[in-house]
Amino acid sequence: MVTKINIKNLNIWYGNSPAIKNLNIQILANEILTVIGPSNSGKTTFLRMLNRLNELELSFKMKGLVEIDGKDITKIDVELLRKKVGMVFALPLPLPLSIFDNVAYGPRMHGIKNKNKLMEISEKALKEAYLWDEVKDRLSTSAFKLSGGQQQRLCIARTLAVEPDIILFDEPCSGLDPISTAKVEEAMVRLKEHYTIVLVTNNVKQAARVGDRTAFFLSGELIEVDKTQKMFTAPFDQRTDDYIRGIFG
Amino acid sequence: MRKVKEFIIEKLIFLSGLASIFFVVLIFLFLMKEGLSVFKTISFPDFIGGNKWYPISEPAQLGIKPLILGSLLVTLGAAIISIPIGIGCAIYIAEVAPKKLKEFLKAGIELLAAIPSVVLGFVGMVTLVPFVKSIFHLPTGLTAISGSIMLAFMAMPTIVSIAEDALYSVPKIYKEGALALGATHWQTIYRVMLPASSSGILAAVMLGIGRVIGETMAVMMITGNAAVIPTSILQPVRTLTATIAAEMGEAVVGSEHYFALFAVGIVLFVISFAINVTADIFLHGERK
Repeated sequence: MVTKINIKNLNIWYGNSPAIKNLNIQILANEILTVIGPSNSGKTTFLRMLNRLNELELSFKMKGLVEIDGKDITKIDVELLRKKVGMVFALPLPLPLSIFDNVAYGPRMHGIKNKNKLMEISEKALKEAYLWDEVKDRLSTSAFKLSGGQQQRLCIARTLAVEPDIILFDEPCSGLDPISTAKVEEAMVRLKEHYTIVLVTNNVKQAARVGDRTAFFLSGELIEVDKTQKMFTAPFDQRTDDYIRGIFG
Repeated sequence: MRKVKEFIIEKLIFLSGLASIFFVVLIFLFLMKEGLSVFKTISFPDFIGGNKWYPISEPAQLGIKPLILGSLLVTLGAAIISIPIGIGCAIYIAEVAPKKLKEFLKAGIELLAAIPSVVLGFVGMVTLVPFVKSIFHLPTGLTAISGSIMLAFMAMPTIVSIAEDALYSVPKIYKEGALALGATHWQTIYRVMLPASSSGILAAVMLGIGRVIGETMAVMMITGNAAVIPTSILQPVRTLTATIAAEMGEAVVGSEHYFALFAVGIVLFVISFAINVTADIFLHGERK
């Protein structure tokens, strides 16, 4: 497998308090890496570092190397990086627009005006997000009419429409019921064919269900990263075992 | 004993609560009683639509159309100047400025709000008025545009601070969502932040305009106070507020003129009330 993201000796601070300590990890192309850990473990910081969204925090400081496809991300134009590294947030966040306009939002912003081209991109993105069949007859209705799970898949489609390589999921199912969760998970598993996925989740079982590999963070340190199946059957570290079995966290 | 204390405090608070509405109602009733008396001698359409305001001629001519148009012209001019600058300033403070500069600018805006209008009027009179006179080659610099420029300064603090609040209260996740799609900073502001805060910004604009239309001292000092129907922004005009302030002292109590000034007050009240209600509707729209 090809290394998609390479992280070396990464340290991150907010002000004086460290959030990530000396992190070394590789993320492979077309895998789903699930990231688990209690709150304040640095897993969200880790995720938001990959599309440099952390930089919005004024006290953010970073040292170390993060490469995507062999290129240092701090040297790539930040808009290009974020186009390449899409992100789906914890709360479904449809814009107060129609379903079609929501998906076409990103491409339009990047300068695509041709209606047919936009339609083509939106259809592809909605299909990939497993929403097309449910909305194809009502693309012009408001996105707010969709259910929570559909809204979240709409947000996935919106991210896909920008044609990224990597998709970051930040607890995408935290507000969803089990059936909607299952649909989002199904979408994620199929997406890895074309995309590299990093999923941060508080739901340990979800990490086990969809992950190829799983990383366990604790207090800003990467405790271990391994094949998901191995991690959930025979973890290397006692703390991982405790967390997975629900002894703390 | 505790119950008695509780009872008294409750009633006191209740009375304080009523006081505000009580005074408003009293003022309103008084205004109505005095103002509506003018319609015993002049019809409503003649009052609103009359072209001539000669309150002390014989018989008195009490048409307030020039005054209404004067007020609207000055307000429109002030709005055209202050809205773009005010919103631009709010965007800069809320989104672009580094933290220290932001604090500095906010303090500056507050300071601008703290300048008494008579001082602004005075400064305008000795600096802006000659400037307008020479730049447009006018016989006098006491014109509607001088008033508009001066009032734009007075509307700015209101517009900036409320619009900045509106922008600030846009949920962070909206901004992050747009940035995560690869939007540039300006695209995020223009396509996400501004639409999301539009109701608050509209309210800011309305309140700014409300401030302008009710302003008296500065306009009285620098708009020239000629009660004629304005045909250009480079002419002297007289506003509703300035008319009341200038003439109330010399109007004979109980005369037609006196009642007419109260009626002007009613017109002003209705306009400000409409503007405030509109602003309130926008603000409530935002909360939903």
